[in-house]
Amino acid sequence: MSNGLHRRQAKNLVIRNAHVVDPFHKINEVLELYIKNGKVQKWGKKVEAPADADVFDAKGLYLFPGFIDLQVHFRDPGFENKETIESGVQEAIAGGFAGCVTMPNTKPACDNEQVVKYQIDRGALSDFNIFPAGALTQGIGGQKIAEISEMKIAGAVAVTDGSSWLQDSGVARRAYEYATTYDLVVMSQAEDNRLSAAGVMNESVVSTRLGLRGRPGAAEDIAIARDLELARLTGCRLHLMSVSTKRAVEYIREAKQEGIAVTAQATPHHLMMTEDDFVTYDTNFKMSPPLRSVEDQKAILEGLKDGTIDVIGSDHSPHAAEEKDMDVEVAPDGVVGLTSYFGAVMTALYHGQKIPLTEIVRKMSLRPSEIIGKNKFGRLGEGELANFVLADLNHEWIFEKKHIFSKSKNSCFLGRKFKGKVFHNFVNGYHYDLLRV
Amino acid sequence: MNQSAWKRKDLIGLRDLSKEEIELILDTAASFSEVSQRSVKKVPALRGKTVVNLFLEPSTRTRMSFELAEKRLSADTLGMTGSVSSMTKGESLRDTAQNIEALKVDLIVMRHPSSGAAYRLSQYTSKGVVNAGDGINEHPTQALIDIFTIRELKKNVKGLKIVYLGDILHSRVARSNIWGLTKLGAQVVVCGPKTLIPKGIEELGVKVEHNPAKAVQDADAVTLLRIQLERQNESLFPSLREYSDTYGMNEKLFMRAKPDAILMHPGPVNRGVEIENSLADSPRSVILRQVTNGIAVRMAVLYLLSGAASIDGGGSHE
Repeated sequence: MSNGLHRRQAKNLVIRNAHVVDPFHKINEVLELYIKNGKVQKWGKKVEAPADADVFDAKGLYLFPGFIDLQVHFRDPGFENKETIESGVQEAIAGGFAGCVTMPNTKPACDNEQVVKYQIDRGALSDFNIFPAGALTQGIGGQKIAEISEMKIAGAVAVTDGSSWLQDSGVARRAYEYATTYDLVVMSQAEDNRLSAAGVMNESVVSTRLGLRGRPGAAEDIAIARDLELARLTGCRLHLMSVSTKRAVEYIREAKQEGIAVTAQATPHHLMMTEDDFVTYDTNFKMSPPLRSVEDQKAILEGLKDGTIDVIGSDHSPHAAEEKDMDVEVAPDGVVGLTSYFGAVMTALYHGQKIPLTEIVRKMSLRPSEIIGKNKFGRLGEGELANFVLADLNHEWIFEKKHIFSKSKNSCFLGRKFKGKVFHNFVNGYHYDLLRV
Repeated sequence: MNQSAWKRKDLIGLRDLSKEEIELILDTAASFSEVSQRSVKKVPALRGKTVVNLFLEPSTRTRMSFELAEKRLSADTLGMTGSVSSMTKGESLRDTAQNIEALKVDLIVMRHPSSGAAYRLSQYTSKGVVNAGDGINEHPTQALIDIFTIRELKKNVKGLKIVYLGDILHSRVARSNIWGLTKLGAQVVVCGPKTLIPKGIEELGVKVEHNPAKAVQDADAVTLLRIQLERQNESLFPSLREYSDTYGMNEKLFMRAKPDAILMHPGPVNRGVEIENSLADSPRSVILRQVTNGIAVRMAVLYLLSGAASIDGGGSHE
C-alpha cells in the first residue's frame, strides 16, 4: 500500500446496479461492469462474469468516470511543508479524482524535463496519474520561453506560468505561439496584478466596510481580454483557469461564438461563495481570484449552464497552518479543495441549480481530459484500467478537517453542509473504499 | 459609574458597536476628564492590572496617550514597540497572543499595520484587546475622541454636518468616525480626489463630494486627514503642491463653514500640506483639545474593558 487509504486491486470484480453516467458514450442508465486485473472488460445491462468473481452491489450509487482536475498545487519539489505529491495524491483519491494537472510553481520551478519526469514518477509511486503543467517561461520569470518541447516529450500536458500571469504581451505572444507548435494547451490564470496589487479581497463596498484593500474585477477582465486576443492572433489553444467575474464570462462567451479555441474553468468555491463570506478576516477565505460579488457568482453559474465554462477545477492550493495564521495581508492566497470538490459541486450545481447530471459529469471528467488530450480518461474504456467513482448523490454530510487528506487544512468549506459524497474511487485498477473517510 | 451595560471583552471597531455602547463610552469619558483636572491625576481603578501596549507600527502620540491613560488608572504597563518586520517576523498572530497570554497581562492594546489584526488577536486570546489602529480598517479610540470633542463643543451630534477632507482611502480614522457618527445621526461628507475615496463608501451612509468648497459649505466640523508623504510615490495624486492647492485647508475655504465650525485633525499635522499654518493655530482649531480628550476617552475604554467595579476601587467581575 502506497498511502493511508484502504485499497485493493480489482482483480475479478462484477459491479451490479450502478447508475452509469458517461457523457462520452452517452450512457445514463443502470448497468453492470466486469473488471479483471484492474481493467474494465465490458459493461452492459447484464454482463457475463466468472462464477468466482467478487460481486459488488452498487444499488443506489452512481458511477462516473474519475474526475480530472486541471489546476492543483502539489508543491513538490520545494514546498513539502505544504504538500507533497504523496499527500496530494491521497487528497485527490479521497476526493474522487483519477488524475491532476500540477502547477509549475515549485522550487525549482517545473520549467524543464527533469522536474516533469520527477513529478510523473512520484505520482506513479502512488499509482496515480500526475499530469504536470510545465512553465511557459524560464523560472516563471515572465521573460524567456521555457524548454517547452523537451517538457512535452517528458510528459507535460500543458504550459502555464500559473498564478504569475505573463504580463508582457510581447513575450506572451511568442510563448503562446511556441507552445502551439507542440500542440500544448496554454493555461492562464488571468489577472493583471499591477491593477490588483496589495489587494486582499474583491474590491467593492464589502472591502471598504472591512477596511481591506481590494482587487478589482477589472484586473481579471483586462487580462482575459488580452489573452483572448492573443489566442485570436496566435491560434493557440487557450484554457482560462479559475474564472471569477461576470465580464470574464461575457468575454469568453463572445470569443467562443467567434470560434476562438478557448476553454474555461470555475472553482467550487466561486460557485458556492461570495465576498460576503469573508467577513471575519478568516484567511481560509483569502484566495486568488478572490471571492466575488453575488452578481459575478450568478454569471459564473449562468456560464456553466450555457457551456461557456467547460470544467470545474479545484485550484487546490495548500498552505501550512503557520502561514495562514499570519495577519490577513501577509497570509498567502489559496485554499485546499480536492476532498470538498464533489460535495460542493453536487450541492451547488446538481441539487442547487438543477443542472443535468450528464453536463456536470462532463465538466468534472470528460472535458478536462479532452483539454489535455488524455483520451483514455473521462470515459469508460474497454480493456483500460478502471478509473471511475461510485457516489451517493443524496448523502448529507458536514465537511470537517478530518475529511482532508492534504498536509494542509486551509479549506473555506470547513463546517459546510454538503449533499453528495464519493463512496468508492477506482484509480488505475485499484479500489479505494472511502465509506469511512 | 454604571458600567454594567458594557458586555464586550474587546474594542475592535465602531462598526460593531451600538449607539448605546458608543454613548456609554462617551459618558464614561466625561467622568474621567475631570480626573485630569485634579492636582493628583490618578485613580486606583486598574490597580493590580497589567496592560501591554503592543505597537507594531510607528506611533508616538497614540502610544503616549494610552500609556498616560493607563498610568492615571494605576495600571502596570508594559510597552513593546517595533515593526512587524523586525519584531514578529514569521510570528503568527496566534503565537503573539499566546506569548502575551503567558505573561499574564489583563489587557492588550495593539496597533498593527494589517487590517483585521486586532479582531484576529481577540479571537486567539481570552484577554481584552483594544484596537489602537489596524491597517486601513479602524482606529476606534481616535474616532471616539473626535466624537467626544464634537459632543463637548456642540452638545449634540445628531444633525450636524461633519466633513472629512483628504485621504479617505487609507484612513482608519475616517472609517471609524463614519461608523460612529452615522450611528449617532450626523451627516458625514467625505471629500478628496477620486483616487483617495474607497469604492462604494456611499453605501455606508456618507455623502461623497469632490469639490472641497461644496463639501465645507455650512459644515459644523471639518476634519483634515493627514497625507502620508510616501503616498506621493503611488501616483494617487500628481504632487503635494497640486494636492495642497486643491484640498489643503485655508482661511478662505474655512470661511464657507458655519461661523462656529470647528477644525479637527487626528495628528500628526503636515503644516502647509493639508492645512495652512496659521489656521492650525487659530481658535477654531481644536486639535490640541482632541489630544487632551484622548486621555479621558482611553481611560474610559480601558476602565470599561477591565471590568473594574468603580473608579476608586479595584474589584473585578472577570
